[in-house]
Amino acid sequence: MRTAEILNVLRLEIALDLRQRAAWGGMLLYVVSAVYVCHLAVKSGLGTATWNALFWIILLFAAFNALSRSFQREDAGRQLYLHTLVDPRNLVLARTLYNAVTMVVLSLLSLLFYSLFLGSDVLAKADLAQFLLAVVLGGVGFAAVLTLISAIAARAGNGIGLMAILGFPIVLPMLLALLRASKLALDGVAWSVTSTYFGGLVLLDVITVTLAWLLFPYLWRD
Amino acid sequence: MKHWWKFLAVALLLTASIAGLRVPLAPDLVHVSPDRIAPGEVTVTVTGYNTDFTAGERVFLENDSQRVCATSVRVIDGTHLTASFNVPAGMRKNLTDVVVSGLRYDGALFTEALGEGIASGNCVEGHLANSGFVFPNRPILYESIRNLHFHVPMWFAMITLMAISVVFSIMTLATNSLRYDGSAVNAVYVGLVFCSLGLITGALWARATWGAFWTNDVKLNGAAVTALIYLAYLVLRGSVPDAHKRARLAAIYNIFAFVLLVLFLFVVPRLNAVDSLHPGNGGNSPFSDLDLDKRLRMVFYPAVLGWILLGVWMFNLRDRAARLAEQLDR
Repeated sequence: MRTAEILNVLRLEIALDLRQRAAWGGMLLYVVSAVYVCHLAVKSGLGTATWNALFWIILLFAAFNALSRSFQREDAGRQLYLHTLVDPRNLVLARTLYNAVTMVVLSLLSLLFYSLFLGSDVLAKADLAQFLLAVVLGGVGFAAVLTLISAIAARAGNGIGLMAILGFPIVLPMLLALLRASKLALDGVAWSVTSTYFGGLVLLDVITVTLAWLLFPYLWRD
Repeated sequence: MKHWWKFLAVALLLTASIAGLRVPLAPDLVHVSPDRIAPGEVTVTVTGYNTDFTAGERVFLENDSQRVCATSVRVIDGTHLTASFNVPAGMRKNLTDVVVSGLRYDGALFTEALGEGIASGNCVEGHLANSGFVFPNRPILYESIRNLHFHVPMWFAMITLMAISVVFSIMTLATNSLRYDGSAVNAVYVGLVFCSLGLITGALWARATWGAFWTNDVKLNGAAVTALIYLAYLVLRGSVPDAHKRARLAAIYNIFAFVLLVLFLFVVPRLNAVDSLHPGNGGNSPFSDLDLDKRLRMVFYPAVLGWILLGVWMFNLRDRAARLAEQLDR
């Protein structure tokens, strides 16, 4: 692992995103549209459980939409070029890091729009710090799982459809843990109860990133 | 002898299946009528299951460890008897148990005219004639407890086959060759057969005991995720035409998914209390509590080993057939 290499890949990702600002605009628009559709469908006055479930479903689809770009935006030629420049392990770490930051920003923006359109009464009695922690851990977790899946789908040459099929069953356990942790946070349950969930989520994130780090070099070999 | 384990598999499966289906259930009381009593002369009809009532059964009522002995007992046949009681007023609890020669029907009778307690009768306990090797008998479960020897071993066999598949996937990545790729996918195919059998036996059992084919339960979520992951694995294989690329991508997905699956199946349920109707989860008592004399286990363990061996045997046959077909193609 070399920090300089990781920083270089991060700089490359940022430069690419700055050049294609439409991509970020697209992701944001996707979230806002999804939130607005929910607003039209249910108006307001949702119970805590439904409010929470709907929020995570929106985030889940936003994650699939945003992270599918991760490895699909480069063609075979550029992949080969990157391969000669960087160690694959550094590449996957950098991409996971970048995707995690993307997801955290996207999740927080989603939360903003979501509470704007679907009411923030639910947040009034919630433990806000815990809920934000759940949102951040969720964003990082989705990024950790879906970065490798996105690479597999891109290598299989079968875009977003395959990514959804491969990713859903793997993300599901994490989603269930997140739903439970954030529901407890919304109910204002104390740290002593929720800390096992947050600990479990962090553990899940660490294991996922380690697996991606171990397996990615084999994916790049041709 | 090279094939000893196949003979072992057949012997274990035959023993476990015959014992699992033939061993009778322990005697128990299944019905008491009427369902409420008031002070005075009361005659109660008791229905048993697998009981062999004979004249001389000892019957009494018990309310908060205070007893009322039967004044007379009349045996109708092996599974029916009537008992008369002179019920006093002033029992302490709402529910009274009926006890017939050591068999107890909890809370059988709703009791009226409660009070500060009664003078407890000094009734003889009695016990039914020992009925040999039997399985425990519990309300709701009844005969369906035999499904334990079929439903649970399916999941043991499945997880064993998926683990075999992961080993072949790791070997595929380590050697960068196609030699082990076929074995990995064949193990998944056989594992999915056991997954389907586990889902079918589980759904039927759930319908019989819980009233629905599918419930929201941590074990059922695990089963659903497992099925989805391995179906996705097959879809991934189907969508990559190049054999070398297919082998590598499938192996990576297999390893990644298996580790997360193991975490989900065995770690997440232990993180905190989870909703479950399964014995041993969500605060339910495990089957080992019913099985104090370990008679279920004497059949269950051979059944688990037998089904695992059968699964490995099926995988072995499928793998060899695939290799032969490959050689014929060449």
